[in-house]
Amino acid sequence: MNRIDQRFSELKQQGRKALIPYITAGDPAPHYTVGFMHALVEAGADILELGVPFSDPMADGPVIQKACERALQQGTRLVDLLDMVAEFRQADTTTPVVLMGYLNPIERIGYEVFANKAASVGVDGVLVVDMPPEEAEEFGPLLKARDLAAIFLVAPTTSHARAATICAHGEGYLYYVSLKGVTGAATLNAEDVANHLAPLRGMTDLPLCVGFGIRDGATAAEVAKVADGVIVGSALVNRIADSLDAPETIAGQLKSVLAEMRTAMDA
Amino acid sequence: MTVSATETKFSDLTRMPDARGHFGPYGGRFVSETLSFALEELEQTYLSLRDDPAFQAEFDRDLAHYVGRPSPLYHAERWSQSLGGAQIWLKREDLNHTGAHKVNNTIGQALLAKKTGKPRVIAETGAGQHGVATATVAARLGLECDVYMGAADVQRQKLNVYRMHLLGARVIPVESGTRTLKDAMNEALRDWVTNVDNTFYIIGTVAGPHPYPQLVRDFNAVVGREARRQSLEQIGRLPDALVACVGGGSNALGLFYPFVEDDAVAMYGVEAGGDGLETGRHAAPLSSNAPRGVLHGNRTYLMSDEAGQVSDTHSISAGLDYPGVGPEHALWKDVGRVNYVAANDKEVLEAFRELTHMEGIMPALESAHALAHAKVLAPTMRTDQHIVVNLSGRGDKDIMTVANIDGIEF
Repeated sequence: MNRIDQRFSELKQQGRKALIPYITAGDPAPHYTVGFMHALVEAGADILELGVPFSDPMADGPVIQKACERALQQGTRLVDLLDMVAEFRQADTTTPVVLMGYLNPIERIGYEVFANKAASVGVDGVLVVDMPPEEAEEFGPLLKARDLAAIFLVAPTTSHARAATICAHGEGYLYYVSLKGVTGAATLNAEDVANHLAPLRGMTDLPLCVGFGIRDGATAAEVAKVADGVIVGSALVNRIADSLDAPETIAGQLKSVLAEMRTAMDA
Repeated sequence: MTVSATETKFSDLTRMPDARGHFGPYGGRFVSETLSFALEELEQTYLSLRDDPAFQAEFDRDLAHYVGRPSPLYHAERWSQSLGGAQIWLKREDLNHTGAHKVNNTIGQALLAKKTGKPRVIAETGAGQHGVATATVAARLGLECDVYMGAADVQRQKLNVYRMHLLGARVIPVESGTRTLKDAMNEALRDWVTNVDNTFYIIGTVAGPHPYPQLVRDFNAVVGREARRQSLEQIGRLPDALVACVGGGSNALGLFYPFVEDDAVAMYGVEAGGDGLETGRHAAPLSSNAPRGVLHGNRTYLMSDEAGQVSDTHSISAGLDYPGVGPEHALWKDVGRVNYVAANDKEVLEAFRELTHMEGIMPALESAHALAHAKVLAPTMRTDQHIVVNLSGRGDKDIMTVANIDGIEF
């Protein structure tokens, strides 16, 4: 069983919701990333989303754009991320790791080479922001054959017909984008999210996780009431951006942001 | 990547893209999910109107009475004679209202925007010609208009920035990335994903997610249809060669597309060679054999490094300063229908000066790339052969750039 499926089945038994932090790998420099991953797990992360930095992150707001720029200035490449996951796995064999990013770095390595390497280092899922299921005909089966989950987005603008297609192709969990906009844009409306999740429940057994617009314990707890998982990115990356002159403090700050959400969600 | 480009015949090229927006292995719809609905809506709107006689009549009427079409096909006799080879004919898109071919497409997309009832349009722009053409149609239809422009381009195209202000548009300088056209497009996509309910995105070139490459081509194909008819009337036969500059590639596709099945007509797409292909400082993904990649919603040839990060580009002309190229051009390269070459900045400036001196026509620096290649091509041909060059825009906007190179300050 894939670690993601394993984790959601454990959470279900415990009656808890998944807390899924996102950080951009290589920000503020590659040698910090594995330490941040362990810190996030200590603070209560159930699954880790590791962002692949890209020169043109079209779906991201300024916070993650700048994180990508910092990571790229430090020379972070997709192959380096795979090494980071391998290093992380030496100490943590149970926490699922999902790579999230844009298609071009993967195309450049080649779908099959990437899928082989990702599976061998212990990646569990792949979310390519600019690859909807219709464009995943070649890549999707290569992931599936290696027990890597192909994770897709569902948006407020997604029609019922499209949602059915996405549910049929999706694995691991569905990533529901809570608002129209880029990452870090605004605060979500929990009632609106609940209204959009309801019809999805009838289409799939996949866990429904919600991202975009989750800033603190209060929004995390609100979303956890209606979703199976809560994804938080910009709120964490902001802490990195604010502490570039004191990078040794970042891991501690990430822990405290995440721990507050964990506590609020479990209350 | 289901269809291999090498299996594609020239005659198949008129039947592209397929139902999902693929041109062989290129094109497609690589976007984040939030935009999928808007693109499906746009595709349905376009497909239902494309063959609607009333819509076509309205489009043709606007092209005739607002843009001033047909644009002339002008025989540049003096320049042809001095080059001592083929006769050069200029398709005078520079004489269109707003001074470039870009308006053909913005008229068409504005009609689509009107049909969808969205009160706001956005655009990306490099040299500012597409921004001006968008601001123009927005003013005419009373639509709110925001134009994204790389901060570096805002600096080098101040005249067009002010033109857009005068037309009532807001120009938003983009400070991220390389601060040029690709970053403007990133920011326009971010705006669209946020305001998709009330905003129509008028993309300026034959790139972007399906259906944009198709509809921008179709709206610009009036250039080639006219040029084909005018060639038969004025030359008495089809030309031997067509030459057009290629950034995203909309003016080139507009000229080439109606000739695609005329096997005897050679085609040359001229990319921005910048400081020279050998220096790496250029914007020529096709002629430099860049790898395939995915950016801005489509798969194409894309200048990127080994890690898949999009490369910085360089060109004297802001309108060609783009690391990718329309997906249909990528396919046409693979099947060998078009020869893609590059002209470097120095050759472009020479062609700009030569046409201005010898014909009294000041071309846009973008169009001067096509002229630079015509200059190379013409002397290799006989005097009874004919080349049609797309003079895609006029050069007024580039006077400051050329003056700076000449060391003149106003």
